[in-house]
Amino acid sequence: MIQYEKVTKIFGTGEDTVTAVDNVTLDIDKGKLVTFLGPSGCGKTTLLRMTNRLLNISSGKIIINGKNVMEMDPVKLRQSIGYAIQQIGLFPNKTIYENIATVPRLLKWDEKRTSERADELLDMLRLEPSSFRDRYPVELSGGQQQRVGVARCLAADPEILLMDEPFGAIDPINREVIQNEFLRIQGKLKKTIAFVTHDIHEAIKMGDRIAIFQGGKLVQYDTPEIILTQPRNQYIADFVGADRALKVLGIIRCREVMEKSPPNVVQGSMNTKEVLKMMEEHNWKHAVVLLKSRPIGYVTPKALKYEDTEVREIARPYPVTVEEGSVLRDVMSHMLMYDMRVICVTDEEERFTGLVSLNHIQKHLIDIYAEDMRENV
Amino acid sequence: MDIIGFFQNNYERTLLLTWEHVWIVALSVFLATLIGVPIGIAITRNQKAAAKVINSANVLMTTPSIALFGLMLPILAVFGFGLGKVPAVIALVLYSQLPIIRNTYIAIKNVPPELIDAGKGLGMSSWRRLREIEIPLAIPVIIAGLRTAAVMNIGIAAIAAYIGAGGLGVFIQQGIARVYDEMIIGGAIMVSLLAILVDAGMALLERLVTSKGIKLEKALKS
Repeated sequence: MIQYEKVTKIFGTGEDTVTAVDNVTLDIDKGKLVTFLGPSGCGKTTLLRMTNRLLNISSGKIIINGKNVMEMDPVKLRQSIGYAIQQIGLFPNKTIYENIATVPRLLKWDEKRTSERADELLDMLRLEPSSFRDRYPVELSGGQQQRVGVARCLAADPEILLMDEPFGAIDPINREVIQNEFLRIQGKLKKTIAFVTHDIHEAIKMGDRIAIFQGGKLVQYDTPEIILTQPRNQYIADFVGADRALKVLGIIRCREVMEKSPPNVVQGSMNTKEVLKMMEEHNWKHAVVLLKSRPIGYVTPKALKYEDTEVREIARPYPVTVEEGSVLRDVMSHMLMYDMRVICVTDEEERFTGLVSLNHIQKHLIDIYAEDMRENV
Repeated sequence: MDIIGFFQNNYERTLLLTWEHVWIVALSVFLATLIGVPIGIAITRNQKAAAKVINSANVLMTTPSIALFGLMLPILAVFGFGLGKVPAVIALVLYSQLPIIRNTYIAIKNVPPELIDAGKGLGMSSWRRLREIEIPLAIPVIIAGLRTAAVMNIGIAAIAAYIGAGGLGVFIQQGIARVYDEMIIGGAIMVSLLAILVDAGMALLERLVTSKGIKLEKALKS
């Protein structure tokens, strides 16, 4: 856990001073990834660099796991914290293995343990150890170098990571890939991470919480959903963008808005006449046809009218189904692409769990923006 | 003119003088490295001192060698070293300072700041950063400075024959005095050959001590 208590950083002396970080207080809970977001010059990097004492604190305290960093030996402190930067900073004179081994060697791990750890990390970051270990940084693509940078920062298994725009130097496509991989790794490792970025999309995607800075001050510290739905002031509203309702679709998961166990579900073995009767009775416009809990398609009253067979024979398959964990942005994208107002939701084993419709999504958004709307009336 | 005949008749003396020449140059470059490289590294930590040190080394280098020998003579004479190999080696060490200090300084300064930041952030002490990052990255340029110093010293050492330092300059000096063309040219040829060989040798050394990663980087950039 990292605690910032009234942390202030003033550069320069006399009249020529700049307050880069102004009285910032925030906690990063153990196992959480917090993104520091803001335009350049807002103090986010300065705050990060004070955490491992690359910069000294002018006033206030930074406490890591109960210990005040100013009372610790700076070199030892840094060895215990992972550090990754935008320019990656791989040592060009060292092989990939030697780069990853930097901190374990500083901590005097034996060579065997270091070697095993390096292979484990390369595997974790999807770089084949046997082919990458002995290569030099210059032989790797930008994306591969970023991965090695991440591996190096994880090498000694630090509990805390400081990352300064760690995926900033690569193209958007590779960035997306490495972000997803990093999230997958973080899901397992549960490190406590301070992550600097100026990219709102990255902040929303990566952060358990987002700390937004303006002119050295912390202006809002909340979960991405709250930042997007209840920005504290105009500055934040502008920063997150006019399309924040769309951005919110990127973080809300299907399971939060879907209709669980809807009534209009029939078994594939039922007879069409029976199904038609049920549908007319309940005035269903369509029914989901299940076979062994899996949705195989849907039927409409019109399609059933002249049939007399098992309903699965005439069920029209869904062009697409979504998982409960999908974000609404993907769900909506499918709705638009396939011209569907309702999509079947399944669990990871493709078992039917519910339905999601445009109405559900709209209703959910109206609920979370309700406060906003009232203010504007 | 019979140069080959001259070498045939004087090969023992030629070898002796060559050996003397190599020895003076090797010793002076060795001592100059011990002094210049640490100074070059030290001044990267202090911008003001850097300007002063490099300017002083510049002034030293612009002083003509004959003048420098003359200036040192009365001072070293106090210790009984006015003439001979000692003032020659001292002068050569002084002359070597500029290329060595300047190259070391520039090479260390040119280490990309993000590498220093990464090293620091990962918990390397400043000594460790110097040893594992800064020096390995700077070494090709530092060796290039030594190479310049060594080749230059071979030339200046020839002049040091006038203050009794020995070496191949003796052939040139005596040849002029005796109007003995073969001797002058023989000395000149040997000095030139030596310079070419040392230059090639240092180039090889430069390649040997450069990390493979840095060589690959250079190859890809060009």
